[in-house]
Amino acid sequence: MYLLKLILRNALRHKLRTLLTVLGLLVAILSFGLLQTVVDAWYTGANSAAPDRLVTRSAVSLVVPLPVHYRDKIRGLDGVRSVASANWFAGVYQEPKNFFPQFAIDPVPYLAMYPEYRIHPDQLRDFMRDRKGAVVGRKLADTYGFKLGDVVPLKGTIFAGNWEFVVRAIYEGATPKTDTSQFFFHWEYLNETVRSRAPQRANQVGVFVVQVSDVSRAAEISATIDAQFRNSPAETLTETEKAFQIGFIKQTEAIVIAIRIVSFVVIFIILAVMANTMAMTARERVGENATLKALGFGPGFLGGLIYGESLTIAFTGAGLGVLLTFPVADWFGAKMGTLFPVFAVSMETVWLQFACALVVGVAAAVVPAWRAARVRIVEGLRAVG
Amino acid sequence: MSQSAPAVAIRHLTKTYRRGGQVVPVLEDISFDIDSGDFVALMGPSGSGKSTLLNLIAGIDRPDSGELRVADVDIMQLDEAGLADWRARNVGFIFQFYNLMPVLTALENVELPLLLTGLAARDRRERVEVALGMVGLADRMTHYPSELSGGQQQRVAIARAVITDPTILVADEPTGDLDRASADDILALMDRLNGELGKTIIMVTHDPHAAQRARRIRHLEKGLLTE
Repeated sequence: MYLLKLILRNALRHKLRTLLTVLGLLVAILSFGLLQTVVDAWYTGANSAAPDRLVTRSAVSLVVPLPVHYRDKIRGLDGVRSVASANWFAGVYQEPKNFFPQFAIDPVPYLAMYPEYRIHPDQLRDFMRDRKGAVVGRKLADTYGFKLGDVVPLKGTIFAGNWEFVVRAIYEGATPKTDTSQFFFHWEYLNETVRSRAPQRANQVGVFVVQVSDVSRAAEISATIDAQFRNSPAETLTETEKAFQIGFIKQTEAIVIAIRIVSFVVIFIILAVMANTMAMTARERVGENATLKALGFGPGFLGGLIYGESLTIAFTGAGLGVLLTFPVADWFGAKMGTLFPVFAVSMETVWLQFACALVVGVAAAVVPAWRAARVRIVEGLRAVG
Repeated sequence: MSQSAPAVAIRHLTKTYRRGGQVVPVLEDISFDIDSGDFVALMGPSGSGKSTLLNLIAGIDRPDSGELRVADVDIMQLDEAGLADWRARNVGFIFQFYNLMPVLTALENVELPLLLTGLAARDRRERVEVALGMVGLADRMTHYPSELSGGQQQRVAIARAVITDPTILVADEPTGDLDRASADDILALMDRLNGELGKTIIMVTHDPHAAQRARRIRHLEKGLLTE
């Protein structure tokens, strides 16, 4: 208790200096938390991928479609539980900046494969009955104010023309990390419309989502699917949903790496500031440390005071930074709209923030504590007066 | 400690410092005893080695050669940790500039050495109250050093020095930073500690007025004991 009191009072000895250091730590830890959350948001798709879901696409490129009849062939393979087709639609809602992911899907198998999308049975029934119906995620609905029954016009880019959909269901996420920024509609509606407008593009699918009955056989089944279509006009590439998502992320990996580097640079900068604060502290207390040593206190006690003070300052700043991370992340996520489907501070990020505070607190105190512990009493006492 | 053993026994003590590659002798062949319960003033001009001698006796510096026994312990044989432990139990320090912790109250400053004794907080508190009462600061316990006069701060320092009931009290210019009235108060207090409580006191001073309070005066000049 006495030691804690001494550490706290020492930390508050230069109130302005401590306040500024805590403020610096707060900003650094907050920035670190936000940047880590941006990185997490980047990986949301990959992290929410299910191990029993595979994605089959064209071996040439993602933009090259596959024939829809592949669906039945894949469904017939041993170990395949279910197959659903999905097309990336890329329509524009009002303005190009209003981006959100849109997919034309086989609703029954697709939604069954994604139990994390929670849809009220009545709404699901309404969606299934309406060929122009759409299912929108809660975040998307909140962002653009979509309500059940609303007509959502989209201007096609890949599939030219004006399209209209009716919001029939709004899905909720099973967990806070579930992506609820997506827009789903019937693949049949897309196909029928394309057939009437550009018949040569009908009966084509962007990807097949394949659910396997045994996760341990995922690699084997992937190979079987691709072998099935080898030497055909449309060869396939099948991979786990996670690998598929990571493939997307890799296209922007440089940005993610840059964000990661910046987040750690911020911590390094505050480490330098903190080390300077602790160095000044130790320098000012040479006489006091010598006195304590003369009274019989050992190097461990003196080092402990410095470490204690450094960690107190570091964790005060970090604690405030972590507390602020949540509301600031909420605000930032809301400002970003559907650009980041999920922008939530993870517990891993919070632990990382505290780990950074621990590293800063300890590293900043190493040299000052060593100097305090090694102060020569006679020389230190000369500094008093 | 045997009854006949002096509080401090010094034999052929030498100490040198190195300055720019040059060896400068500070103490040369010092030998004398300080009896238990004595009050000795070490006097001499600046650079005579009196503070160095006090530091050696207090175990905060090490001699080059000779023998130094305090409370019948050969402190030259102790390692750093042993010496720190020995100081905590046997030496009370009174410094010229009081050397109080500015962030601690008078009570907490006096309590500080007791942290090394393993006493319970309540027992520590009781002892501190007695010590502060003895130096006349019972009503200033919660005051910080910055809220006390120089004389009051030195009295807190004296209470801190005696709180562990050490074998010897070492005082380096204890009145050097005080006005005459405050200095007299401090000297009177030290006189009481020696006379009434039998504390062995070794005081460095170059104030003859202060030295008069001591029972014995030892003079040093250029590292040599002259009387």
